[in-house]
Amino acid sequence: MADLSCTIAGIKSINPFWLASAPPTDKYINVVRAFEAGWGGVVWKTLAMDPPVINVSSRYGVHKDGNQGILGINNIELISDRPLETNLEEIRRVRKEWPDRVIIGSMMAVIEEQVWKDLAIKIAASGVHGLELNLGCPHGMCERGMGSAIGQVPEMVEQVTRWVKDVVDIPVFVKLTPNITNILWSAEAAQKGGGDAVALINTVNSIVSVDLDQMAPTPTVDGKGTHGGYCGSAVKPIALNMVAEIARNPDTANLPISAIGGIETWRDAAEFLALGAHALQVCTAAMLYGFRIVDDMIAGLSGWMDEKGYKTIDEFRGSAIPNTVDWNALNMNFDTKAHIDQDSCIECGRCHIACEDTAHQAIRFDSDETGARTFTVIDDECVGCNLCSMICPVPDCIEMRPVETKEPYLTWPDHPLNPMKAAE
Amino acid sequence: MCSFKLLRIGISLLKKRLILDAEDEGGGEKMVQNKSGKKAPSTCGMDDNFSDLHEPLSELQAKAEAARCLYCFDAPCITACPTSIDIPTFIHQIRSGNPTGSARTILSENIMGGTCARACPTEILCEQACVLNASDEQPVEIGSLQRHAVDHLMAQGGSHPFEREKSSGKHIAIIGAGPAGLACAHRAAMLGHGVTVFEAKSKPGGLNEYGLAAYKMVDDFAQKEADFIQAIGGIEIRYHQKLGDNLSLNELRDTFDAVYLAIGLGNTNALGLEGEDMDGVMDAVDFIEALRQAKDKSSVSVGQDVIVIGAGNTAIDAAIQSKRLGAETVTLVYRRGETDMSATDFEIALARTNDVHIRLWSSPKAIKGEGEVSAMAFDRMVFEDGKLTPTGQSYELRADMVLKAIGQKLDMAALESFEVKAGKLVVDESFQTSISGVFAGGDAIKSGEDLTVQAVEDGKQAAHAMDMFLNTGGR
Repeated sequence: MADLSCTIAGIKSINPFWLASAPPTDKYINVVRAFEAGWGGVVWKTLAMDPPVINVSSRYGVHKDGNQGILGINNIELISDRPLETNLEEIRRVRKEWPDRVIIGSMMAVIEEQVWKDLAIKIAASGVHGLELNLGCPHGMCERGMGSAIGQVPEMVEQVTRWVKDVVDIPVFVKLTPNITNILWSAEAAQKGGGDAVALINTVNSIVSVDLDQMAPTPTVDGKGTHGGYCGSAVKPIALNMVAEIARNPDTANLPISAIGGIETWRDAAEFLALGAHALQVCTAAMLYGFRIVDDMIAGLSGWMDEKGYKTIDEFRGSAIPNTVDWNALNMNFDTKAHIDQDSCIECGRCHIACEDTAHQAIRFDSDETGARTFTVIDDECVGCNLCSMICPVPDCIEMRPVETKEPYLTWPDHPLNPMKAAE
Repeated sequence: MCSFKLLRIGISLLKKRLILDAEDEGGGEKMVQNKSGKKAPSTCGMDDNFSDLHEPLSELQAKAEAARCLYCFDAPCITACPTSIDIPTFIHQIRSGNPTGSARTILSENIMGGTCARACPTEILCEQACVLNASDEQPVEIGSLQRHAVDHLMAQGGSHPFEREKSSGKHIAIIGAGPAGLACAHRAAMLGHGVTVFEAKSKPGGLNEYGLAAYKMVDDFAQKEADFIQAIGGIEIRYHQKLGDNLSLNELRDTFDAVYLAIGLGNTNALGLEGEDMDGVMDAVDFIEALRQAKDKSSVSVGQDVIVIGAGNTAIDAAIQSKRLGAETVTLVYRRGETDMSATDFEIALARTNDVHIRLWSSPKAIKGEGEVSAMAFDRMVFEDGKLTPTGQSYELRADMVLKAIGQKLDMAALESFEVKAGKLVVDESFQTSISGVFAGGDAIKSGEDLTVQAVEDGKQAAHAMDMFLNTGGR
């Protein structure tokens, strides 16, 4: 069986699956249950200086597909609402009882040097393996000058990272918000401040739905709603891109990444690792299915690694980075065409109408007197957009087949029709 | 309580196997017990025996089932539906949380969408055409979804979902308040015409009220639907009005701008054997009608040993309901093989799970008894040289009740002046009979299968044809 152990910013973990700072890591009982279930580590729910915050009732909203499946949830819950010392005492107990598991202390404060330093020292003294600076929370706390209010200003990201690094000698993770224009600015700032790793993404600012009877966003608190933090599988594509941007950027390529964002299965995990993540954090999947969800994350990842012949995570970690390129580096001479397997086609016509109405009128529809329907790709019209193969309900019925070509690899900058090239 | 929901699951699980078993057995006499392990229906309370064959879907079930629909382009299920309901759209509307809009989509093509959802043999219509049959999946339960939407709309009450056009000043007479008659009445009223319906019986609905099996039409649904249809306005129904009795076609032609004959098939075929008038021998349709009209089903008398002659859905309905009324043995006898039976596979399987014996290749030879029937004799048959031939062997079955379900035919009283072909009124492409201004539809004409859904389509189309006829000057 493949070795799933990993190391991030010098911290060793039995597996890459940690629970992110959130309700599942709120207190002793949750964390112990998580470790019993097999999670490699936890990032304790964010701590701040006392007095603790007070939360509202009605905290989560949901975005579902048409079949009761949850695509994403958002939340308007704040950080830990228990006294700092209660949390620290529980951290000390768990550290003692579970010596082989990682505990990271998440923290936030207003932009005041002494507060950051005092809090960092207190939390570090509880025996945590590292600290995570929560610079990403996009709701509630930012209105008090914390969370994303700091994370959205690269100079402040650098500043608080430096303050904390000045007073602790354990690794410091900087948790980034996706609610910015360019993730590299925040990542570079974290690096400049001395951060040992970045953790991303925090939740995406969102309104998941509007209650049309109350005429208010959900979750609704006494007739009013506010924007919350969106998470779950719907945000995975956003997270993958931001992780890849940092991993393939020469200036931040060596910055360890703790990847977060919609990881629900072992395959999601493998994708983040392939894009360069050193370790992973999960929250929504655990909230939706319970801690047991880690079983198949572990079994699935190690099974896939065995199949591929990877003995350790490092053997494939980052393997997709060289293939993640700018658009300008794509081969303009590559051509792929849809091919419909007539034997497995069930004649639903979805490919035809999608192509006819919204794409390239490249799928012909014929029917005979018996009512039999045939859908055929018109190669000359097909641009290889993949739309038909994506919507086809039958697995492997529509295959995208690369066209064999003797044309050389040709990028847009080198393309003869590029006016910028002609101007050279 | 005896759960027919469990029975239904048992049926769907067993359906394929039953059919295979029947083929293996040849004679098809094998008994299949309900897999759920529950008591046989006949040992349950009488109310349970005639409760809903298919329980309605819950909202959760409906949404989950709706999500299975692929929303096909130019969907084959639409083509397979005689009334051309836009099935992918109505299912999508259930999924989007718009069940009222879904019902409107259904009812705009088929005002009896509620009955059709209960009584249609969907397995040979829309659900047979579902493209999921070509995959490893079961077809979408279109009938159940249709019922979900229409029941939702009807339960809401409120105003009728369709509006009438400005009055045309024309008035149509419709003879028969069955599916064809009521569908025609509704569409004609919608198009702005006045409608008077003449019905021979005391209630509207035709076979929906008098002919469909009780467990398909629970809670007086036929009457609720007839009320719903009339709610559009402009429709008057007069009862106990029978053509050739107290109703004259010529008078109607003189009084109204057009006449629509939706008279169904009023007579039944006879066996042509001696003793058909004995006590205990009756038409299956009369038996079913008595059962449908009985408030207390246990007041309907049934034999101890019942023989049903026939192979269509009426025969199946009569056989199952005899069993559920408490008959000790029910034997359905047919002169040909199972593949020749006009009842659908589902109905045949349903009969077997209800402990109905099916005897094939047996032709009625004699009815025995003195004053009242005591047995029937049958010739064993074989298909030889392209002909159904007696083998020379025969056998007898004990019976104190014989139900004949060998087909219905046109009641020719008062129809002498019409052109009739193969037992049906002849109509042209605009549903007009050989008499100008007199249109016809439903089971009385040859349009498609003799099904409620076909009758509804006939009525709808005839309303448009009469509208055109009236707008272009009439007679």
